[in-house]
Amino acid sequence: MHVLTDNFELYVQGFLGTVQLTVYASLLALVLGFLMASFRVAPVGSFRVFGTVWVNVLRNTPLTLLFFAVLLGLPRFGVVLPFQLFAVLTLGCYTSAFICEALRSGINTVPKGQGEAARSLGMTFGQTLGTVVLPQAFRSVIPPIGSTLIALAKNSAIAGAFSVTELLGTYKPLNEMGYNIIWTFVWIAVGYLIITLSISALFNVLEKRYGVAR
Amino acid sequence: MAVEPLIELRDVNKHYGDLHVLQDINLTVGRGEVVVIIGPSGSGKSTLCRTINRLETIGSGEILLDGRPLPAEGKELAQLRAEVGMVFQSFNLFAHKTVLANVSLAQIKVRKRGREEADKRSRELLDRVGLASQAEKFPAQLSGGQQQRVAIARALAMNPKALLFDEPTSALDPEMINEVLEVMQQLAAEGMTMVVVTHEMGFARSAANRVVFMADGRIVEDRTPEAFFTAPESERARDFLSKILKH
Repeated sequence: MHVLTDNFELYVQGFLGTVQLTVYASLLALVLGFLMASFRVAPVGSFRVFGTVWVNVLRNTPLTLLFFAVLLGLPRFGVVLPFQLFAVLTLGCYTSAFICEALRSGINTVPKGQGEAARSLGMTFGQTLGTVVLPQAFRSVIPPIGSTLIALAKNSAIAGAFSVTELLGTYKPLNEMGYNIIWTFVWIAVGYLIITLSISALFNVLEKRYGVAR
Repeated sequence: MAVEPLIELRDVNKHYGDLHVLQDINLTVGRGEVVVIIGPSGSGKSTLCRTINRLETIGSGEILLDGRPLPAEGKELAQLRAEVGMVFQSFNLFAHKTVLANVSLAQIKVRKRGREEADKRSRELLDRVGLASQAEKFPAQLSGGQQQRVAIARALAMNPKALLFDEPTSALDPEMINEVLEVMQQLAAEGMTMVVVTHEMGFARSAANRVVFMADGRIVEDRTPEAFFTAPESERARDFLSKILKH
């Protein structure tokens, strides 16, 4: 117990670091995922190709490798940003591939006739997607997007290996100070549970509110 | 009667893989004309109907609307579609919106009318198809016939130059077919240009100016309903009519 009480500040710092990474990367992933999903169903071929390449490259690359590529690769091309920002970019782009696919599967649950009706009324692709297809797709994608964001929260631990302040990384100083490693990790696990269970709770609410059957 | 052409199809061809679904289609629909397309399943009649507002693309040939060729994807195509209403076999009302919002949505988004103006027009049209009292309901709460009438109101809300009907009564219970046909009869009588793919021979006889009979991707006959139903010229049409008119 005294691992936590003695080093409360260190834990809180790590905890907030993880929360920050999760929130910013989630927002980025949602925006990019939404954009890529629109690309993948767009009537223009080159957009579809771009979306497909984006998803396949990011989804099929190990996240650690991606971190190496961004944190060590980009500075070589003169792109120097704070490590935390790099971490948000990496996590956000990586997760956007999964969000995109969840959204796309949701779009596919909306009967084709809905889009055809909207187009036959003269609505543009963007209007059709935004006012007819996505609002109906949204209901069925709440659970998979929740899972993806929980995975994102846990994936953020990798950023710790690249000297970004986050929760898992707090074990290193604590270990050096000679605290019991098991209890150190128990409290770290509790921290992650607080974050992931909050995301679960948020998505449960969203599902109850919007996920009503038609 | 010599009518000004509104919809023209010239040498239109379309393939689905090896299947030649539309073969050298030439068809002109004049302003104010009601053309009924009939034919056996798989003859390409629905595909033909859907090519007119480019929900289906064509392989070769030309489609003109009001003298202008159909534009490719993009804003221009969207504008053109707003001029040609479409009513589908499966209604395709927006499931997440009320009846009123279904009719108003495209008026607001495409015609840029204000919500109040759009809703007012929507209520007038719903009243016209006999559904003013259902405005606040969701599509799933209506019967098939009612949904199809809403769909017609939704198409009319755009003030289209022409209406396309793709088997509008095929998914309906027999009881409900009439209420939809009555609305369509009324539109025809008012001079709306209509292309109707249907199996309702009664409607073809009473409302159509011309009957187009299609088989195997070709237009086999294009005549007045009177002439077509009493003395079909082709063997294929005689065969088709003998099968459907027996019962």
